Amino acid sequence: MNTLILACGALAREIGAVIAANRLDHLTLHCLPASLHNRPERIPAAVREALAKFRPSHDRIFLAYADCGTGGALDRLLEEEAIERLPGAHCYAFFTGVEEFEAHGDADMRSFFLTDFLARQFDTLVIEGLGIDRHPELRDMYFGNYERVVYLAQTQDPNLDAAAEAAAARLGLAYARRQTGYGDLATHIAAL
Amino acid sequence: MSDAEINLAELSDEDLVAQMHDDLYDGLKEEVTEGVNILLGRGWTPYNVLTIALVEGMRIVGVDFRDGILFVPEVLLSANAMKAGMFILRPLLAETGAPKIGKMVVGTVKGDIHDIGKNLVGMMLEGAGFEVIDLGVNTSVERFLAAIDEHKPEILGMSALLTTTMPYMKVVIQALKDKGIRDELVVLVGGAPLNEEFAMSVGADAYCRDAAVAVETAQIFMKRRSNQAGLAAPKPA
Repeated sequence: MNTLILACGALAREIGAVIAANRLDHLTLHCLPASLHNRPERIPAAVREALAKFRPSHDRIFLAYADCGTGGALDRLLEEEAIERLPGAHCYAFFTGVEEFEAHGDADMRSFFLTDFLARQFDTLVIEGLGIDRHPELRDMYFGNYERVVYLAQTQDPNLDAAAEAAAARLGLAYARRQTGYGDLATHIAAL
Repeated sequence: MSDAEINLAELSDEDLVAQMHDDLYDGLKEEVTEGVNILLGRGWTPYNVLTIALVEGMRIVGVDFRDGILFVPEVLLSANAMKAGMFILRPLLAETGAPKIGKMVVGTVKGDIHDIGKNLVGMMLEGAGFEVIDLGVNTSVERFLAAIDEHKPEILGMSALLTTTMPYMKVVIQALKDKGIRDELVVLVGGAPLNEEFAMSVGADAYCRDAAVAVETAQIFMKRRSNQAGLAAPKPA
């Protein structure tokens, strides 16, 4: 069966790694721009457009997105299109494992999460994307209610550890690291 | 002449107000503060400075945000500039007894610490003449109920940014029903992942997609409420 994984660009490396490690040669990957992370209201329309484009050439499509701040709009589209997605509210949940993530509950309420991708792209997506580079005074308006950065590490990479720790310092927040691996992402992709 | 060379004090009232709208749009806090002080110095009432110079300026910002011309960082800078103006005007408004058109309790729901949108709504409502009691973030149903009990607002506003926290709005609305006070309040909800359908499903009166819509909606409900009160009042013999 010819299956397409339509994914958030923030998951490209991770999905590629799972496909390679499990030799899932029947899967092909197409990514939508990771910049949609900052504009979740635009995700459903972008997904709808991509589905229309790729449906004719694929037997099956799987969506590698969580709800991602769409407030259920993505699920309504997927129900219409009879397509499945990754579990949970966001990538922080499925990397951690949705059950385990939910078990953290209010203890994580004031945590700002980074993944490998976000640690790598912190300056582009967070500092520049939110305008903090141009207007440093905005930092505390965005992050004043947060207490710490929690880096959910998919891999063991000292460079990313350093980048995540520097990101926490840049935001004036405490820092913690959790090794998650690929969590529910791996099990869902491997099962396709 | 470039903007940097404009001497605000030399502008006519009309030109100064137009310039303040531009400065608010550009998020220029110091210039907005200076404009507020100049207008007050010229004998403008604090209420007129607020509504004509600041609120109207922010309304323009709100329209361009809705139309995708401005984005969150720019709106935040504008809000910061308006906040600086409000800081000067708030005590003066209290002294001069500016008209109050209603009272609103607002808060970000339990489990959620995001308050940018909620703060903007609070500020715009205050500018529109509402007394705003802001409960902050991570607001439990108990805190909402206690504030309603204490302040007797006409409107309750709830905000959420997370898909995981927005269902809590239903918990609060159910508690209002259980207490038998749901119909005494107008409940407005907002936040990036919400929509009209969700608002109706949790039993809110309206979904407000941005701060400008929140103000318009609150004003409409207050007008409706005052019309109903007028109808219900005993007619003179």
